[in-house]
Amino acid sequence: MLLRTAWRRAAAAVPVAPGPKSEAPTRGLRLRVADHAPQFAVPSDTATAPQAESVLRPLYMDVQATTPLDPRVLDAMLPYLVNYYGNPHSRTHAYGWESEAAMEHARQQVASLIGADPREIIFTSGATESNNIAIKELEAAIQPDTSLVSVMTVNNEIGVKQPIAEIGRICSSRKVYFHTDAAQAVGKIPLDVNDMKIDLMSISGHKIYGPKGVGAIYIRRRPRVRVEALQSGGGQERGMRSGTVPTPLVVGLGAACEVAQQEMEYDHKRISKLAERLTQKIMRSLPDVVMNGDPEHHYPGCINLSFAYVEGESLLMALKDVALSSGSACTSASLEPSYVLRAIGTDEDLAHSSIRFGIGRFTTEEEVDYTVEKCIHHVKRLREMSPLWEMVQDGIDLKSIKWTQH
Amino acid sequence: MAASSRAQVLDLYRAMLRESKHFSAYNYRTYAVRRIRDAFRENKNVKDPVEIQALVNKAKRDLGIIRRQLPVTPLESARIICLFIALWKHLKSRLFL
Repeated sequence: MLLRTAWRRAAAAVPVAPGPKSEAPTRGLRLRVADHAPQFAVPSDTATAPQAESVLRPLYMDVQATTPLDPRVLDAMLPYLVNYYGNPHSRTHAYGWESEAAMEHARQQVASLIGADPREIIFTSGATESNNIAIKELEAAIQPDTSLVSVMTVNNEIGVKQPIAEIGRICSSRKVYFHTDAAQAVGKIPLDVNDMKIDLMSISGHKIYGPKGVGAIYIRRRPRVRVEALQSGGGQERGMRSGTVPTPLVVGLGAACEVAQQEMEYDHKRISKLAERLTQKIMRSLPDVVMNGDPEHHYPGCINLSFAYVEGESLLMALKDVALSSGSACTSASLEPSYVLRAIGTDEDLAHSSIRFGIGRFTTEEEVDYTVEKCIHHVKRLREMSPLWEMVQDGIDLKSIKWTQH
Repeated sequence: MAASSRAQVLDLYRAMLRESKHFSAYNYRTYAVRRIRDAFRENKNVKDPVEIQALVNKAKRDLGIIRRQLPVTPLESARIICLFIALWKHLKSRLFL
């Protein structure tokens, strides 16, 4: 009797792990996690310690906004947060030397991912700072007719891949500097700064499963590209970006780049398969769904779909167990539809009803299936409620309606 | 080399899968299990002993990473250990060990 009670208590104490195939899809995949959220008061008594609380968190399908840290990256960073905490610019003791060695190793890892020389990589606080440094170069140009072309490698909203190699060729033949913001592309598609004739490139840490708060800018040395520093100070990073280089963060960035280089093919294959699965399932079950962006030159992990006759924000609210976005995170506070969609000529009503699905390294097939199922269910429900949908079903052409003002 | 024998590789594979199942985060857990399985499957026909040893060393490093990443809250594990100790004491008294 005591045996059975003890076992029952033991079974109850062990955190419940979600079995992906244990329940019907509708009950489905709610992330039942033992809550390791930060406890601000450390409980001193085991008797009052909370049970392994099952806290349901939404599925994460917004990898274009940010990505979780890869465990391998965290493992690389931890020693530099705990034990090897020296300033990499201290030249007089071992703490500084080991920190500097780690920083240079990370620089090498970033450089090898994009086919650059380590001396061409400057660490910054993120792709935004890198972009600002690159654009400021325009103002520092000597000749009045020197200009700069700046293009995003992979768009963060619709996933379109720009023809970087062609643009690079044209720019180098016209002696114009070429900058690309590769935040969403680095580590996901093969990039080589020499093949593509890129002069300046921005890299962001937290888009490639690395830490937030760090990035890098690639600045070509041959032929030399001159940039002006945004922040002045002690002359670190060859005078182009003063300020102590945060060793744990750059070690994380380096590790993330190395992992990305090793995993690029495997991830790309998997993400393409999952993206195909998502779009096929949705398009098969729902009419009037448009995928935004060129289907050929497209990074598979970023799928932007417009559901006609459904308002995007209401669909996002309905899909509350899935973390999604209807456009880029940097503009999510405003109610304007995405400028990217408007630029590619999407109709105003379709631009308002777009949702961006992000598939990343850690996305599972079950998460995709659950998202698809919920999406289909809610789109159908919202369309049932929509008078526009009713009119369309009755065969009325919406463009022919004259809307009157009251 | 002992480390690269078939039995050793299989032991490593099982150990890695076992450890990976203890990740508390769903996404990390599923990724680790899936990646380990796919990596071992992809390399199962490698014949060159040098290459095999390199792969085995990498796997051992990754196993170390997984082990370091598993955060079990000390209170939880203490609880489980206490329960097991109580159970063992009970069994001992019942079986006169």
